[in-house]
Amino acid sequence: MRAAPPESGSGPGTRSTRALVLQALVALALAALAYAAFANASEKLARQGITAGFGFLARAAGFDISQRLIPYAAATSTYLDAFLVGLLNTLLVSGLAIGLATVIGFAVGIARLSPNWLARTLAATYVETLRNLPLLLQLLVWYVAVRVALPEAQHPAAWGGAYLSQRGLVLPRPDFQGAAWLVPVAFVAGLVGASIRARRAKRRIETGAEPGPVVGPALALVLGLPALAWIGLALAGHPVPVAWPSPGPFGPEGGLGVLPEFAALLLGLSTYTAAFIAEIVRAGLASVARGQGEAAAALGLSRAKTLRLVTIPQAMRVIVPPLTSQYLNITKNSSLAVLIGYPDLVHVFMGTVLNQTNQAVEVVAITMAVYLTLSLGLAALMNASNRRAAPMTR
Amino acid sequence: MRLVRVTPLGMLLGALLAASPAPAQDGTLAQVKARGHLVCGVSGGVAGFSMPDGQGRWHGLDVDFCRALAAAIFDDPDKVRFIPQSSAARFTALQSGEIDVLARNTTWTLSRDTAAMNFPVITFFDGQGFLVRKSLNISQVKQLDRATICLQQGTTTELNTADWFRTRGLSYQVVTFANSEQTLGAYESGRCDAYSTDKSSLYGERLKTAHPEDHMILDEAISKEPFAPGVRQGDDAWRDLVAWTHYAMIDAEEAGITQDNVDRLRGETLSPDVKRILGLEGKYGQGLGLTDDWAYRIVRHVGNYGDVFARNLGDGTPLKIPRGLNALWTNGGLQYGPPIR
Amino acid sequence: MTIVRETLLPPAPPPRRAAGPVGWLRDNLFSGAGNTVTTLVILAGLALLLPPVFRFLVTDAVWRGDSGEVCRPEVAGHPVGACWAFIGAKINYLVYGSYPAAERWRPNLFFGLVALGTAWMLWLDAPRRGLGAVFVFLVGPLLSYGLLSGTPVLGLAPIATSLWGGILVTLVVSLVGIVASLPLGILLALGRRSDLPVLRYACIGFIEFWRGVPLITVLFMANVMLPLFLPGDLTVDRLVRPLVGIALFASAYMAEVVRGGLQAIPEGQGRAALALGLTRWQAMRLVILPQALKVVVPGIVNTLIGLFKDTTLVSIVGIADFIRVLEAARADPRWSAPTIPATAYAFAALFYLTFCFAMARYAAFIERRLAAGERGRA
Repeated sequence: MRAAPPESGSGPGTRSTRALVLQALVALALAALAYAAFANASEKLARQGITAGFGFLARAAGFDISQRLIPYAAATSTYLDAFLVGLLNTLLVSGLAIGLATVIGFAVGIARLSPNWLARTLAATYVETLRNLPLLLQLLVWYVAVRVALPEAQHPAAWGGAYLSQRGLVLPRPDFQGAAWLVPVAFVAGLVGASIRARRAKRRIETGAEPGPVVGPALALVLGLPALAWIGLALAGHPVPVAWPSPGPFGPEGGLGVLPEFAALLLGLSTYTAAFIAEIVRAGLASVARGQGEAAAALGLSRAKTLRLVTIPQAMRVIVPPLTSQYLNITKNSSLAVLIGYPDLVHVFMGTVLNQTNQAVEVVAITMAVYLTLSLGLAALMNASNRRAAPMTR
Repeated sequence: MRLVRVTPLGMLLGALLAASPAPAQDGTLAQVKARGHLVCGVSGGVAGFSMPDGQGRWHGLDVDFCRALAAAIFDDPDKVRFIPQSSAARFTALQSGEIDVLARNTTWTLSRDTAAMNFPVITFFDGQGFLVRKSLNISQVKQLDRATICLQQGTTTELNTADWFRTRGLSYQVVTFANSEQTLGAYESGRCDAYSTDKSSLYGERLKTAHPEDHMILDEAISKEPFAPGVRQGDDAWRDLVAWTHYAMIDAEEAGITQDNVDRLRGETLSPDVKRILGLEGKYGQGLGLTDDWAYRIVRHVGNYGDVFARNLGDGTPLKIPRGLNALWTNGGLQYGPPIR
Repeated sequence: MTIVRETLLPPAPPPRRAAGPVGWLRDNLFSGAGNTVTTLVILAGLALLLPPVFRFLVTDAVWRGDSGEVCRPEVAGHPVGACWAFIGAKINYLVYGSYPAAERWRPNLFFGLVALGTAWMLWLDAPRRGLGAVFVFLVGPLLSYGLLSGTPVLGLAPIATSLWGGILVTLVVSLVGIVASLPLGILLALGRRSDLPVLRYACIGFIEFWRGVPLITVLFMANVMLPLFLPGDLTVDRLVRPLVGIALFASAYMAEVVRGGLQAIPEGQGRAALALGLTRWQAMRLVILPQALKVVVPGIVNTLIGLFKDTTLVSIVGIADFIRVLEAARADPRWSAPTIPATAYAFAALFYLTFCFAMARYAAFIERRLAAGERGRA
């Protein structure tokens, strides 16, 4: 109770002295606790002959990792490389799961307010079931389901140059080196162009002008520009080299692989978190005054347009803060990857590296620091964008 | 360092903490005797090595080794408490004094020996092997070039596999899991072509599959995995006792002393070797801090090495692991006990 | 803007029939073309999905048998769905783990104590709820500890925690989390609102730290680092380590829930209490906290649901909780049959769904009751 007035009967002097003494005691107790823990740990580590410090990160790792976004080889890469591989895998699956969970979550949340009773009930069942089952159990089920659903590795399903089997989905992999770097550059240029166009459309809406189409041209830019670059390169005699997968003795090989573990984790994380997001979206939509929707209908907007242009933008104010914490949850929950063999940060670093080096304190500290940074960083980012969006809401 | 004995959490934990009574500077043997039972770290889920049955009674080679230790110390093989250890926590558990001896199919390596603990004796010679489907028609490990292999993480298997394939210029895909159930599940469902871990464990894992007859274990081993019990560094008396508990079982087997005939032999033997082992001649127990009939107690309560092997791993069990390297040296194996004299 | 209507709509005809089942159907399922299509698509989907699920769970299920053989289609002679015989054969293991059979009355008594405490706390009009709180937070845990792990003085043989398992362990882990996190969470929430900067920042740091890291890293940390931090001759039981981790972790989340409640209480309440001559501590204890806690009961229950689900993570650090014994039971070669994994997971899903759904309904019930109370007062 910060705002409470000082107690009657005790002078301000005695109160502040008491406060100081109390704080000093708290600080002392914490320091003693920390010191005792530190002293005990260093004594025990010394007895085990483990040198404290982060020097081990430069040693050769010597083990292989199933999915790596950066070059990594057991013999030459260090524990630091292994850490980076794990971290990138965590970020990859979290990022994609955030996108997928948002899409499913909004769909289910909107369905919960549908005029159709079946759709409402189905959405409610989805939310109640998935929210009330442990994520760990859902991941186990997803992983078994993914493996059972896929064909055997020796007899993969093939479409075009792609293969699908228990080894995962193997796609042709374009190699963007040499002149082929134009393709990714075109893609980025398309993204930039699309975002400029979207921004301009938004400004036009605010000034009351006709915004013109946004989605069509954006897709054309983002997909069309790289396609043009691709075709152009081919015509110019420098076609983009593509690594085509082939059926090997043990299953499809080469190309770009999407692991079953990755698919199971992505699906599990997304569908689970979507149930929470759906509830947030429902509460957000319900918070928008009824009159807004009715007014939009009176203006002749269709239900979909009412949602997209009137209700959802106003609901976002209520939706975004809890949505942020769901995004954080996805990032943290991706650590359950350790159970189903997806090489995320915890799997690689706290699982394998900790065991090989015995540097328990350092490994645990680094891993926790990474998640703390991710959490605090994402929270700060969302807060900033919230502040920027705040004046827009009326 | 005992600066803070009661932390704020101490109140909460106080009731649940199990403080080991004797201070660390006393020898482990004295602590064990004072406590009245031995505390033994085991793996807790490897068939034939340590596994609790439906009634919660432990069975296995590692378990019997601890029982032999308890028999030597207390003349009672049941004065042991078994604590399952994950591969991650096992060294800390030994170091912190939570357990007296670690009998958890742990591979003796130089770095572990110098850093974490001492390994008095090798109780089982093992090597890393491969479980594959018979339908692959494979007989050698090198035929697994370009295959996908399932491994359990946090073990030397990950390093051995990487080294073996790399040095031969072969490639493979790896999938690692935190526990053996998940690893086996992935292998069995077809996620991997092979499941690799210590051969001794593979025999048990194969039995867990739906159709064991469809799977086989390749003869070849790609690593040396000498399993040894672990003890804390700096306690030579305890280290001797752990080593000689194993040697006593080997020497007993070599001398033909079995659990069945030990009482009869004790009455009628004339062989000086047998007499020394059974404590009828010489004062060999005292040096270990035990009574002179220590080895007799081991064989009577637990049996010789051959008895223990047959009971837990051999042909009489579903595992049917061949003696192989673990035969006595007289039979072409590596098990060799220094003489008790 | 072009979306503005320029002409008046023709007046709509009066609803043909607003009430009755036909009216309900028309309003809720077939109110328009799009709606009708949605309804039909969903109905078709359900028609495809539900019968196989029903067949798997009930019609094709195998209910009796003493080995996996009975659940193999070639033996059973028909397509086999869930193998409930497997659950039946393993049920003791799934509930008690390796707890000695002769001593299983002790966990049973413990389950009874839990049921008593839970009912006492959840039934808002129960008599002597203050006494109930003492029972749940003090007497119950001590009694349960003595009962489960053994008190030689009373003739209860000690039973090592390594033998505990299954639903028993899941319940123990959840309850320790609940019983420890509630008082700790309240203290942390109060500390976070304290005037004293050192105390306040210590509490903020503590809360944000635990909320910023995944539970699994906390469990790993408790497992490998707790033994390192304690003085040399102290060891921590393997089951206690994750308990400490879970208690700290849950208390941070609980603190934030309680803080929400404290913020919801108007400042005037505290001022009025002080004006009546209560000390700050009395005002907090007698006026503010009771009101704040009442407001956050739904939030607390929701945190407990999360905690209950999260206890499954202890299986990753090797604790034999319900999920772990289920996985171990599944690996029994005597019970290897194609549908065993699906059966095991279906059983686990039913178990967690029942408990979590019941708790969620309870939270919703309290929320409605609170809302009704608010309206009544206004």
